[in-house]
Amino acid sequence: MRILEGQGVTKFFGGLAAVSNVDFHVDRGEILGLIGPNGAGKTTLFNLISAALPLSSGEIRFKGRKLNGLKPHKICRMGVSRTFQETKVFANMPVLQNVLIGAFFGTPTRVSGADATGEAAKALEFVGLSAMSATPIDDLTLVNQKRVEVARALATKPELLLLDELMAGLNPTEVNEAMELVTKIRDTGITIFMVEHVMKAIMGICGRIIVLHHGEKICEGTPQEITGNKQVIEIYLGEGAHAGS
Amino acid sequence: MDITRLFTTHRKLLWVGFLILLIVFVLTFPLYAGKYPTRVLTTMLMYAILAVSWAMFSGTTGYMSLAPAAFFGIGVYSMFLLQDYLPFPVIIVIGGLISFALAILLGLVTLRLKGIYFTIFSFGLVVFIGNIINYVEADIFGRHGWYFPLLDPAILLYTMFGLAVVTVLAIYFIKRSRLGLAMQSIGGNEEAAEHMGINTTRIKVLTFAISAIFMGAAGVVTGPAFVYANAGLAFSVTYSFIPIVAAVFGGMGQLHGPIIGALVFGFLEKTLKAQFQTYFMLGFGIIMVLVILFLPNGIVGLLPMLRDKLRGVIRKLRKGGEAEQHANT
Repeated sequence: MRILEGQGVTKFFGGLAAVSNVDFHVDRGEILGLIGPNGAGKTTLFNLISAALPLSSGEIRFKGRKLNGLKPHKICRMGVSRTFQETKVFANMPVLQNVLIGAFFGTPTRVSGADATGEAAKALEFVGLSAMSATPIDDLTLVNQKRVEVARALATKPELLLLDELMAGLNPTEVNEAMELVTKIRDTGITIFMVEHVMKAIMGICGRIIVLHHGEKICEGTPQEITGNKQVIEIYLGEGAHAGS
Repeated sequence: MDITRLFTTHRKLLWVGFLILLIVFVLTFPLYAGKYPTRVLTTMLMYAILAVSWAMFSGTTGYMSLAPAAFFGIGVYSMFLLQDYLPFPVIIVIGGLISFALAILLGLVTLRLKGIYFTIFSFGLVVFIGNIINYVEADIFGRHGWYFPLLDPAILLYTMFGLAVVTVLAIYFIKRSRLGLAMQSIGGNEEAAEHMGINTTRIKVLTFAISAIFMGAAGVVTGPAFVYANAGLAFSVTYSFIPIVAAVFGGMGQLHGPIIGALVFGFLEKTLKAQFQTYFMLGFGIIMVLVILFLPNGIVGLLPMLRDKLRGVIRKLRKGGEAEQHANT
């Protein structure tokens, strides 16, 4: 069953098509990967889904409901939550309060203070940061700030979670931990759509992958299909590498 | 008895005692202090109201508004226009509500602007409204200024004090509410706040307008103290600048920072400025630079800093004493 569906999704920045006529869908319960070289339009596509940017044309549907024209806070409350490529934490607050805001405001129904605090603590425990709940967020390392973003997104009780380069800048051990975390989130019933550059992670946990290049979708399939695709190899390694092999 | 310990364990009791003393002080002040000092104290409280309500919105969300003078002036004009028709307390409420309504309107237009653009627009607003009123007054009705009826300075002081108490209490509760948390998240990272389910436009417009209520009400109460006024006086940019400077000076992080800053500045403005205009501005500038450089949390940030230092010194002295004892045995 399709939880998210995009048809003819297009975004122009001036005359440049950052995302051009992309059709895509996310199935409920899967981990879908989105890859492509820098500037391919991956983050832009995420920004269109979460309504950080308005669509130029096309439409996006979540559980059959059209998202066009909705504001980001509405989309979050409907059950689509996200993290950011460059972490966007609430700089002036401790860790727990960062997550608390997700629990307080991100759910469709009004939550009491005690319930929200409980949810926030649970989400922090899930990502393994319980011990740091009182620490000022600025004192955390990049890895841990990214985890706080995940916890904050989880606290909004999403059905679909958009992860934008969760693993960028992490060392191999941290990448393994992050992969485990993503799988664990999926196992709780949350569908995951992730942008990633770390190929090991993408190939390891995604059931299906979409490849973007210059704003266009060039192919889509299982990790095996993607690694065997001529066009993908050309984009990533260059034509010369292909010809020379 | 350790003094620092007294402050931490009996904090609540100390606060209550302090508040009672404050109320008694303000209520008895006009009886022995005379008319001019009473006016000075009223002005100090007025700046405190402006500074706390400014800090509630701008200090928390990071949207630097220069609009307090606009709402203040609206309050002064509400008083002027309605004084013959309605009782004083009703005008205070109406002045607050008019400012609230105007702030909603303006907020919807301007709060989409970010950073310096919002600041400049809010400043333009003060000049714009002042000039429009001046034009209507002088060119259409042919008036140049107007008079307020004389009101007992003691009554004005009590009213301003009451308004200050209401303002501080309201803002105290707003800061601890969901609304306060939402505001704080906007200051922390607006884009993230939007994506965490917060209707940032609504929160910004609403809190901007709530802060305008208190500014407008303060204008109403200040009106009679003007005796004579016109649009230039009522919409003077001073009512934007002093509260902001006072809030920065006092420290925006905590509720009492802007209050203390405003009381200090209100006092200095009323007493020193009249006598030493240029030196006042010079000293004022130097103090501001020093505070911004060395006390990022304002004057109220100084107290915890000194307390920590004091604790350190006491600990050192004790250790020194113990070491000496050890040496002696």
